[in-house]
Amino acid sequence: MSNALLEVDHLTKRFGGVTAVDECSFTVEPGTITALIGPNGSGKTTAFNMITGYLKADSGEIRFHGETIARPRPATLYRRGLSRTFQQARIFPELTVEENMVVAGGFGPRELFGRRVTSADSERALTMLTQFRLDQLAQLPAGDLSYGQRKLLEFAAVLMSSPTLVLLDEPTAGVNPVMIDAMEQHIRERHAAGVTFLIVEHDMQLVMRLCDPVIVLDRGAPIAFGPPELIQNDPLVLEAYLGS
Amino acid sequence: MKRTFTKAGLIRAGIFFLILILVPIIGGPGWLLNTLIFTIMYAALSSSWNLLGGYAGYPSLGHVAFFGIGAYAVGIIFSDSVYGGYAPFFVLPIIGIAVGLLSIPIGWVSMRTRADVFAIVTITLLFITQTLAFNLKSITGGAQGKSVAPAPFDVSTYDWPFYYAMLILLAIAMGVSLYFRRSKIGLSLATVRADEDKAHGVGVRVTAVKLIAFAVSSGLVAMVGGVWAYYVGFIYPQFAVDPLITIGMVLMAFLGGRGTLWGPVLGAFILVPAQEYFAQAFGASQLYLIAYAAVFLVIMLFLPRGILPSIADRLKKRRASAAGDARDAADTPVPVGSANEPKVAR
Repeated sequence: MSNALLEVDHLTKRFGGVTAVDECSFTVEPGTITALIGPNGSGKTTAFNMITGYLKADSGEIRFHGETIARPRPATLYRRGLSRTFQQARIFPELTVEENMVVAGGFGPRELFGRRVTSADSERALTMLTQFRLDQLAQLPAGDLSYGQRKLLEFAAVLMSSPTLVLLDEPTAGVNPVMIDAMEQHIRERHAAGVTFLIVEHDMQLVMRLCDPVIVLDRGAPIAFGPPELIQNDPLVLEAYLGS
Repeated sequence: MKRTFTKAGLIRAGIFFLILILVPIIGGPGWLLNTLIFTIMYAALSSSWNLLGGYAGYPSLGHVAFFGIGAYAVGIIFSDSVYGGYAPFFVLPIIGIAVGLLSIPIGWVSMRTRADVFAIVTITLLFITQTLAFNLKSITGGAQGKSVAPAPFDVSTYDWPFYYAMLILLAIAMGVSLYFRRSKIGLSLATVRADEDKAHGVGVRVTAVKLIAFAVSSGLVAMVGGVWAYYVGFIYPQFAVDPLITIGMVLMAFLGGRGTLWGPVLGAFILVPAQEYFAQAFGASQLYLIAYAAVFLVIMLFLPRGILPSIADRLKKRRASAAGDARDAADTPVPVGSANEPKVAR
């Protein structure tokens, strides 16, 4: 047994005649910020969706903490410490920023019957929000936030469950440069605090700055794996991106 | 939004219920109490429906099935005698709990679908129940109907027990709504309504809260059906499992405002009297339904999200434009880059 945090083993997904993810295998080692890159349609988001239980794989296996996950479900995986964010920054716009945090903080079946937001909940949420400098917006409906702030909120919220592995799907897509820097900073801080990341990202400069190792997918399968310097000069990668 | 237990809210509820409690005692024209019974009945039905259709965002069109089951339960248990008159009221909680439990597997299956598909699936529930009522002749009396033993109440105050029973059920339905909103059940339901997939992704106990909402909602509707059966005294399948009852509770919630505490009540207090009035004005023909629909359409045209949410929106907008500068000032020292962060519409 290797001691990888996440092992993706021969994962396959077909949509009709298209094989979106094809016998895809890779691992994410604990303590890394691993990037998953590849041209459009290479199966990054599909792989994400299978790993987090949003899509059922046609075949293949996923192991988290060395344990095979027979029937991946988003909620159970989340409670076991595997969180993700979405490309489009999915938050709950009608709830307040604070409530978005509380919901993601997790609570047992018995707490369901308790108060909507207890003072302990509020305190926990505020601690995290303060780290993301969103604390002054805590009582606003999340729908009032800007797109970049929503991305930050979604990120902050999935950290509420103290995850070991966080999958970020294009964390900086569609946000301004200042916000990209802020996002990078937050990822680094969390990484320093012991969280492992798997990131799908199109901003190559960010990937090269932030991530090690880098996995390159093309047509549903990894074609390269290694530190960013190596990836940058890999002829296979260049061919996948630019065409031969 | 969050602090629903405000002083103003308590006073509003207090006045509303106090007036309704006093109406029979003060008296009025004969039709008043009868109309109010049906108005309160629909307010209770719509509020119960709102627990699922409003807070959870699962617009059931089959809730009259549970109404019918509650009605038939009372009809079957009390077909011969009612043991002193109040017995059916005391059996209601048992009926409510039984139907609530019975509805859990139904909810579990039907809530695997969403939105419009869920609405269609629940319509089948309505027709299954109606068909059963027609065909289980030995217990339901089939198309011939089933009479409930008449209530031995004094003529002058005959309507009172039914009236207060409906009022109590309305209070319970509203109480549960309030409780949902103030508890993590409501918080979880709000996430289900907004984005169920995302809710799964942050570990919300989606199935549990959906089933809680479904069971409580159906149980309450069944209890209302029980009181109704005892009041009308005679039930048959098209009457007890009437699609118009389902449509009524749904329309009232939509009209007043789905997912609000007072919306369904307001909707019922507009639509039921309007319906009664039009039924009078147009006689026995079904023409009154057209007028009824017209009222609904006009209100939805001007207040598309329902009366209460639309009004709240407008007030908020007015207040926001008035206090706009003040808020902008308060917002400035917030996060890095928030001030020049463009809003990306997606």
